[in-house]
Amino acid sequence: MTAAPEQVDVLNTAREQVLERGVGLSEEQVLQVLRLPDSRIPELLELAHEVRMRWCGPEVEVEGIVSLKTGGCPEDCHFCSQSGQFPSPVRSAWLDIPGLVKAARQTAATGATEFCIVAAVRGPDKRLMSQVRDGIKAIREDGNEIQIACSLGMLSQEQVDELVDMGVHRYNHNLETARSHFPSVVTTHSWEERWETLRMVREAGMEVCCGGIIGMGETLEQRAEFAVQLAALEPDEVPLNFLIPNPGTPYENYPVVEGTEALRTVGAFRLALPRTILRFAGGRELTFGDLGAKQGMLGGINAIIVGNYLTNLGRPAQDDLDMLGELSMPIKELSKTL
Amino acid sequence: MTGSGSGSGSGAGSAASAVFCGYCGKAVGEGDHAACSSRLGVIDPPRFCSQCARRMVVQVTPAGWTATCSRHGSTASA
Ligand code: SF4
Ligand SMILES: [Zn+2]
Ligand SMILES: [Zn+2]
Repeated sequence: MTAAPEQVDVLNTAREQVLERGVGLSEEQVLQVLRLPDSRIPELLELAHEVRMRWCGPEVEVEGIVSLKTGGCPEDCHFCSQSGQFPSPVRSAWLDIPGLVKAARQTAATGATEFCIVAAVRGPDKRLMSQVRDGIKAIREDGNEIQIACSLGMLSQEQVDELVDMGVHRYNHNLETARSHFPSVVTTHSWEERWETLRMVREAGMEVCCGGIIGMGETLEQRAEFAVQLAALEPDEVPLNFLIPNPGTPYENYPVVEGTEALRTVGAFRLALPRTILRFAGGRELTFGDLGAKQGMLGGINAIIVGNYLTNLGRPAQDDLDMLGELSMPIKELSKTL
Repeated sequence: MTGSGSGSGSGAGSAASAVFCGYCGKAVGEGDHAACSSRLGVIDPPRFCSQCARRMVVQVTPAGWTATCSRHGSTASA
C-alpha cells in the first residue's frame, strides 16, 4: 500500500516560513489561511501570536486619534460618513486649537505614544496646513511630548516636506482595499494616486501608516491580494478596520463582519506582515465585542487605537488599558520610540 | 423598545422630553428604534436633536463628544 501524498498544510508551512524565517505569506498562502475552517482558528491565532512575539515583541503601541476637520469631504469613498456626496447625518465641523490640545492631553494621559490628527479632505489646502502647524505648536507648548501623526489625504511633495518640517512622525494614508476592488469603493481618485502619496511620505523619512477596511464586499481572493499589496509597501504600521455600516452611505446595509471571519483575517494579516505594527482600529466594537478584542490581541495584533474614533465612539480607553493589563501586555513607552 | 433622543451619558436637554430619535431623526413614537438604540451610546453619538430633529454639529474627541443644535444648544457626553 502506498501512502497518500502528504498534504501541505498552510499553517505548518507558515510555522517554518513566517515564524522561523520571518518571511511573510504569499497571496496564495494568505488565501489558504482565509479559507481555513472555524475549527482551526485557535491554532491560527496561536501561531499569529507567536509570530508577533518573535518579530515584534510583547509591547503594544497605543494611539489616540481626533478629527480636526470633520465631514464635507468632496471624495466618494462608499464606506465614509464624512463624504459630502452622501446623505449622511454627519455635519461639517472644525475643532479649534484648544480642543485639539485637550484631545492630545487626554490621549497622552492613557499612556499612548502616538496622537493622530485627521482631516476629512481630498488633500490639505493652505488653511488646513496652517491649522495643523499651529495645532502641533500648541500641543508642544502645552508640554506634551507625544509623537504626532497626521492623516490629511493626498499630498503634494511640498506638503510632504512641510509636514516633515513640522516634526510629524508618521503619516496615515490607507489604501483601503485591494487594488482590484478599489474602483468599486472610490471613484473620485485612484489607488495609484494614494500609492504616490505613500511613496513621497516614505522617501521624505516619515513613517508610513497604511491599512484599510475589511468587509466592503471584497472577495476572499481580494482580501488576500490586499494583504500582499500592503506587504509590498512595507509600511511601519497597518491599521485594520472592520466596516461600520454608517447611515446614509452606500454601504449602510452591508452586514457587520462576523467575529470568526475577522479573527481569521487578523491572523492572516499577521502572517503576511510578520514585522509590521498591526493595529486594531475602527469597527472592532461591533465585530468582536469585548471577548473578541482579547482574542485579536492574542492573535497577532500589537497596537490599538484607544478611546473614540473620528466620528464613531469606541470603548472607554480605560477598558482597553485594563484588558492589556489582564493580558500582561506592556504598553510601549515613548522613550523607546523616540 | 424605543430609542431615547440621545446617547448614553448625554447631558442637558435630552431623555425625558425626547420627541425624535437621536440616531435616525424620526419621531420616537413612530416605527422601531431598537437598532438605533443599540448603535447610540455603543458606537454612535447622537446626530439629530431630540427636540426638533435638526442635524446637529457633532465633535467626537478621544474621551467624549459634544453635539450642538442651532436651536436647542449643546449636549455633551458625561
Ligand atoms: S477621502 Fe477620507 S474623508 Fe474623504 S470620503 Fe474618502 S475616506 Fe472619507
Ligand atoms: Zn431611530
Ligand atoms: Zn434642536
